[in-house]
Amino acid sequence: MLDELLGRYPYWATAVLMVIGLYGMLLKRSLIKKLIGLNVFQGAVILFFIAGSVKAGATVPVLIDEGATDPALYVNPLPHVLMLTAIVVSAATNGLALALMIRIFDGHRTLDEREILERPART
Amino acid sequence: MTPHLPILIILPLLLGAFVVTLCGLWRPRSAFPLAILAVGASAAASIASLVETARAGAVRYALGGWAPPVGIEYVVDGVSAFVATVVAAVALLVLTATRRMADREMGDRPGLFYGAVLMMLTGLLGIVVTGDLFNVFVFLEISSLATYALIFMGGGRAMIAAFRYLIVGTLGGALYLLGVGYLYFSTGTLNMADTAARLPEILDSPAVLAGAALIFAGLGVKTALVPLHWWLPDAYNYAPSPVTALMAPIATKVAAYAMLRMFLTVFPAGYLAEATPVATVLLVVGLGGAVAGGAAAFAQSDLRRILAYSSIAQVGLIAAGIGLASPLAAAAALFHVMTHAVMKAALFLAAYSVRYRTGEVDIDRMAGLGRAMPWTMLAFTVAAVSMVGVPPTAGFFSKLYLAQAGLAEGLWGVALVVLVSGLLTAAYMVRILERVYLRDAPDGGSAAEAADPPADMLAPALVLASATLVLGLANVPIVTRLLVPAVGP
Amino acid sequence: MSPLIAVAVPMAAAVPILLSGRRPNLREAWSLAAALATAGAVWSMLSGTLAGEPAESVLFELAPGAAIAFRADAAGMLFAMLASGLWVVTTVYSIGYMRTLEEGNQTRYYAAFALSVGSAVGVALAANLVTFVLFYELLTLATYPLVTHHQDAASIRAGRKYLAYTLTAGLALIAATAWLLALGVDATFEAGGFLAELTGRGGVLWGLFALLAAGVAVKAAVMPLHSWLPAAMVAPTPVSALLHAVAVVKAGAFGFVRVMGYVFGPALLADMGALHVVAAFAAVTLTVGSILALGMDPLKQRLAYSTVSHLSYIVLGTAILAPAAWVGALFHMAAHGVTKITLFFCAGAIHAHAHKDRVSQLDGIGWRMPWTMAAFALASLGMAGLPPFMMFASKWYLGAGAVDAAMVPFLAVYVLSGVLNAAYLFPIVFRAFRNVPVEGHAERSASVDEASGLMVVPLMITAGLALVLGLAPDAAFGFMELALDVSAAVTAP
Repeated sequence: MLDELLGRYPYWATAVLMVIGLYGMLLKRSLIKKLIGLNVFQGAVILFFIAGSVKAGATVPVLIDEGATDPALYVNPLPHVLMLTAIVVSAATNGLALALMIRIFDGHRTLDEREILERPART
Repeated sequence: MTPHLPILIILPLLLGAFVVTLCGLWRPRSAFPLAILAVGASAAASIASLVETARAGAVRYALGGWAPPVGIEYVVDGVSAFVATVVAAVALLVLTATRRMADREMGDRPGLFYGAVLMMLTGLLGIVVTGDLFNVFVFLEISSLATYALIFMGGGRAMIAAFRYLIVGTLGGALYLLGVGYLYFSTGTLNMADTAARLPEILDSPAVLAGAALIFAGLGVKTALVPLHWWLPDAYNYAPSPVTALMAPIATKVAAYAMLRMFLTVFPAGYLAEATPVATVLLVVGLGGAVAGGAAAFAQSDLRRILAYSSIAQVGLIAAGIGLASPLAAAAALFHVMTHAVMKAALFLAAYSVRYRTGEVDIDRMAGLGRAMPWTMLAFTVAAVSMVGVPPTAGFFSKLYLAQAGLAEGLWGVALVVLVSGLLTAAYMVRILERVYLRDAPDGGSAAEAADPPADMLAPALVLASATLVLGLANVPIVTRLLVPAVGP
Repeated sequence: MSPLIAVAVPMAAAVPILLSGRRPNLREAWSLAAALATAGAVWSMLSGTLAGEPAESVLFELAPGAAIAFRADAAGMLFAMLASGLWVVTTVYSIGYMRTLEEGNQTRYYAAFALSVGSAVGVALAANLVTFVLFYELLTLATYPLVTHHQDAASIRAGRKYLAYTLTAGLALIAATAWLLALGVDATFEAGGFLAELTGRGGVLWGLFALLAAGVAVKAAVMPLHSWLPAAMVAPTPVSALLHAVAVVKAGAFGFVRVMGYVFGPALLADMGALHVVAAFAAVTLTVGSILALGMDPLKQRLAYSTVSHLSYIVLGTAILAPAAWVGALFHMAAHGVTKITLFFCAGAIHAHAHKDRVSQLDGIGWRMPWTMAAFALASLGMAGLPPFMMFASKWYLGAGAVDAAMVPFLAVYVLSGVLNAAYLFPIVFRAFRNVPVEGHAERSASVDEASGLMVVPLMITAGLALVLGLAPDAAFGFMELALDVSAAVTAP
């Protein structure tokens, strides 16, 4: 039972990270902390994919030796490629979010959500 | 030409997004015609694929020549061709109508605006034509990122609305991605058709159930299903007029389409309805949303907010149709996707014509507009009557088919809620129409001097309004020849 | 002549009426031309219907398995002729009334009126339930601008109430239609009913019956669903006259004819035991409506409650199911239409010309407006069911039907209500001809001071019709023959 639980530690880590991320996104008042929460959450998803595709003793699927075509020697590259895409998406989201925040800060001189909603922009 | 149709729906928009942005920096005036050209090309491809799929069945396209299931596949079948046609055609009309509003509200850099619009449409239509689960995620994020930016262009309150939407939308995307991960580790494939072929052997696996639940939770955020809807009213309210007018008719509908796709293509028939609570949850949430959204709309006095809550209610009806999980219900949901896109576009165009002429968005200040802006208000009234569901408008037939689908399953409660939601709609629409037609304009108010907007704003609204009548009268061929065969086994 | 034309003409007429809003004479010429054309189109189908070859037109499919279809059968023709024929008279009257009062928004008024009559004719000639529901809903929408015509707080409130009642009723009908479509029933009206295949499925039948009966009962103002009708009296009087005494409310009563005779059929209804439910509601409405009318001082309210009561004459007649009762019910539709419209016309003429709205203000008015009050007196005699007026014939048949069906208590209800009719109408006539000066005048005016001829002539025509069609019930329109045809077809064993 304990082995079962410990053996899946990457998934537990994923779950813990998700909860932390959700907490940051939903309960923090600072926009920056919300964004950090979002990143933690996305990191958890990426961790999930990578952990799910781990294969002990395998290597990158690049065919150097003509004879070594045994699939057991190689990891599945697809999840890693997918996560590269997901990281690109995440980077774009972060870029946009930070740009939004700069403009919001220009208008309100604060990034506290409650203060922003109470105070109309100066523009 | 024909085998390339799936990519031809996307390509003009994707290329157009870059071309329009760059050309817009160089010659601002070129942005609008180029954008129209791109959307027009995409609409033409959509209509061509609708004809082609009705004639010869689905068109499959292996992106980059990589054969599926390894490569990414685009598939245009009856369902996706129908939704793509609706999205592209409505987008074309709305963009034409909102040119003046965009000039006024977006001002100096139309290239950026139209570039983002095309990017959003790329994402939305990409979701519609792709046959790959991960690709849906990518297009979802493309459309979302463009939408956040577009909402943000409203400035002021819109900025915080955009940020909140960004947080919750990205969360929805991440949940969807996680769900796809579960399915991928269970089946080893991302291609929808291939997933469908492999799933029946492992349906008992809790991983598949988890995957389904996460996928629907993620899409639920994008569809603005109650209780995941709260980002929507602020976003619609504060976004620039052209953005809301474009987003409201099509954006949530595409997410609903993705849900329907899960029912029709990805998961085996009956799995979501019988082995999981997904379909039941969708049905309950959809019907609850239809009632709650209607009630909330009644409590608003800002026309944009009324229409936003009305969108939440109408999407609830679509979700309920999907959740009923019968071919007739799926056809009804698709019919309502079309109906709602057309009605909501007409309503928002009329509402923003009022804003364009008078600056008013509060219905209490719209007294006398029936006389001042007769054609605009005619378009609004026809679309509102359709939204209520009075025969022979298209909205009536959406509800008739939904009610019929519910009764055919023995769920008369569904029919009841669907019909009663029409009464709620009537309640808030009558509130608006009473003010517009039955109260006289106060002297000196801006409504008193208003007039119908220029023809290029008015004509699309009237076309959309009359489309609710035409599509209603033509519902039988649309449903029996296009939709029922498309969703059939 | 196809029934489609009779429906399409008034609907299409709304367009030129709206477009000629700046030229009142042209606009009203269009209205009158449309009314004449519609009445002509309907009337031209009469011979075919009487010969047993009703005109038909089928358009495209509106919902899978249900086309938009029209059929000029005997019942439909009776209602269509009533609505379109009285529209001609009402149009003339409207012109006089609206001009006398210098009402606003007249273009909207005439256009909505044309749409309403078109919808009523559509309801009448609908060959199946889907088409019926379509026009029933359109009728609701088209009459809304007429109810709220004055655009003041009271009429907006009345409009809300009107929509709340009638749209809910429409939903009940739509739900029933969806249910029938889901059951795969071909919902084409058929004398004797089309639901025989569902015999024995009590739950389904009762569910359908509740939905359909509730749906039509609202427009037929069966208690407790009646209260929109007195509220809707805020509308201009020609609207109350044609729509709330003839077209709209008769669409509800006619709905009962369709539901009882052409959807379920007497055999199935007797089997279900549904008749007693309908009969009980109708009998209560009939009596209570008459009693409430007694206490109403505003003239239009009194007439409205009288309408509530008389609509249930028809509903009760369909529920009694004896052949004679069906003849009476159908003929009562025509008789009440012609008679009640006269009373409303008179009320409108008094309102427009003398600005009196309450019964208590009418003392001596008969000496000033003798033609109007003479017509009122004639129609009052008619309403009380005295021979040889139209309503004598209908009430006679209704009573005979109650006796035939061994339902003597209902005969008592009819008789009692006849007495009450006299009790709430005759005092108005007595007051009008009292030898006192009219309120606001110093002395009894010797000189006649009548309303515009455009109002007086129509009301005298309808008063005359109430008498002539009582003497010769088949003259020109064949109302009695149509009623006999319907009764024979529906109640045939």
